[in-house]
Amino acid sequence: MNMSIQEFLQHLANGISLGSLYALIAIGYTMVYGILRLINFAHGDIFMLGTYLTFYGILFTPIPWYIVFILAPALTGLIGLVLEKLAYKPLRESPRITVLISAIGASFLIQNLGILVFGGRPKAFPTPAILERVLKIGGVSVAIVNFVIPVVTVILLIGLNFIIQKTKTGMAMRALSKDYETASLMGININQIISITFFIGSFLAAMGGIMWGVKYPQLMPHMGVLPGLKCFIAAVVGGIGNITGAVLGGFILGLGEIMLIAFLPTLTGYRDAFAFILLIIILLFKPTGLMGEKVTEKV
Amino acid sequence: MLKVTNLHVSYGGIKALRGININIEENKIVTLIGANGAGKSSTLRAIMNLVKKDEGKVEYDGEDLTNLRTMDIVKKGIVLSPEGRRVFSNLTVEENLILGAYTREDKDGIRKDMEKVYDLFPRLKERSWQKAGTLSGGEQQMLAVGRALMVRPKVLMLDEPSLGLAPLLVKDIFEIIKEIHRQGNTILLVEQNAKKALEIADYGYVLETGELVLEGPGEELLNNERVKEAYLGEAK
Repeated sequence: MNMSIQEFLQHLANGISLGSLYALIAIGYTMVYGILRLINFAHGDIFMLGTYLTFYGILFTPIPWYIVFILAPALTGLIGLVLEKLAYKPLRESPRITVLISAIGASFLIQNLGILVFGGRPKAFPTPAILERVLKIGGVSVAIVNFVIPVVTVILLIGLNFIIQKTKTGMAMRALSKDYETASLMGININQIISITFFIGSFLAAMGGIMWGVKYPQLMPHMGVLPGLKCFIAAVVGGIGNITGAVLGGFILGLGEIMLIAFLPTLTGYRDAFAFILLIIILLFKPTGLMGEKVTEKV
Repeated sequence: MLKVTNLHVSYGGIKALRGININIEENKIVTLIGANGAGKSSTLRAIMNLVKKDEGKVEYDGEDLTNLRTMDIVKKGIVLSPEGRRVFSNLTVEENLILGAYTREDKDGIRKDMEKVYDLFPRLKERSWQKAGTLSGGEQQMLAVGRALMVRPKVLMLDEPSLGLAPLLVKDIFEIIKEIHRQGNTILLVEQNAKKALEIADYGYVLETGELVLEGPGEELLNNERVKEAYLGEAK
């Protein structure tokens, strides 16, 4: 295990940027769970849609890439909102397991629609040239995306935190996650707040998707499955329903994964298993997650 | 003002309310008393459309509220402070109050009303930055009432505001209800503490197993033999 400090820093940068992506996607799981007590299994596929929309936006429209990088997530946000209206809202009064099944169904539907519409063959993400450069600082060479990703993530997190903590809508979201009925007694439009939640979660997932595409420039209709699962795990590890927890979980997962293969290259094949092992350990020792509170069941 | 006609509610085949008629005049305190399970809370919840009505009509100033969504009923100024306080424990005291004013846009008015609530409950002002979950039971009840006032209600419905409070606090809460009434609010008060409720009420209704069995001015009910025996714990 001989690793130079330069190598270590490269892995660190890599781990942080992967962790950022996981964090962005995990937030969507945790926000939806916080409000609807639902695991939105189609979230990973929303992430996939975000990258494809960006792909088509850059290659097939005259819109400059940096605008597509905003428009595509906004459009993905709307798709997330519509998904909720179609797949979850009609089941609002149904048992949770019914909604969960609907979520899994929605996930399969989106994936297969993806194959039908986008084609099953992998596509290359059209990374803007400026993001492909590699920076050399001292002896460390780091792809510029590995700087851009954490910076963009931090900006998005600050924005999200502002919405949740300072705006009336954010307050309503927090109130809703605690007590639906009383929230409606305040005149809060529950459906509207749920829609906004889905929009934000899907928007962030698409942002993650774009940066994912820049980092790992291969698009496939099933590309959302594994990151989706891992980010769900990140949300659980952090304590599902807790946004800070989801971010923490995302970074633990991203850094852990990269460091595992950096320090133990023989285990590279087990890279994806890391998340699941972490999940098992957390469920054994702290089932509510690192930042999760004890949940008293709502009656 | 608020008029409830022939209200029927059932939970999975079990009848909770069987034809309730209530009329609440402007600027009056009206109380609904009755034992556990008589249907007091169900009446309030049905007015707010939190439970489905089998039958019946709710009108406010001649306007039909029967089938409006809860949020729209709130916008009409009919406000329920639910049983068990139900403050948002994960939000600060101040945020709870801000959410009370969720439907309002008048920033100045909101700020003024918040001052008013703080005047009414100085304890809340001291704790405005604290999470509501850390408040004592009495303080949470004050917050629940204050939050309901922030809606600027035309009709304020209070469901068991004295539940689980120490006797001294119960007295406080009733004083505050009187004060809120003096400031020109219409109040529908649901209480198990029948004596206290009837003492401050202009008019009262007595509910038994989903039906109204008695009604009349508060004082009259206080002196009614049947009420005395069943709800005030006074032997004949």
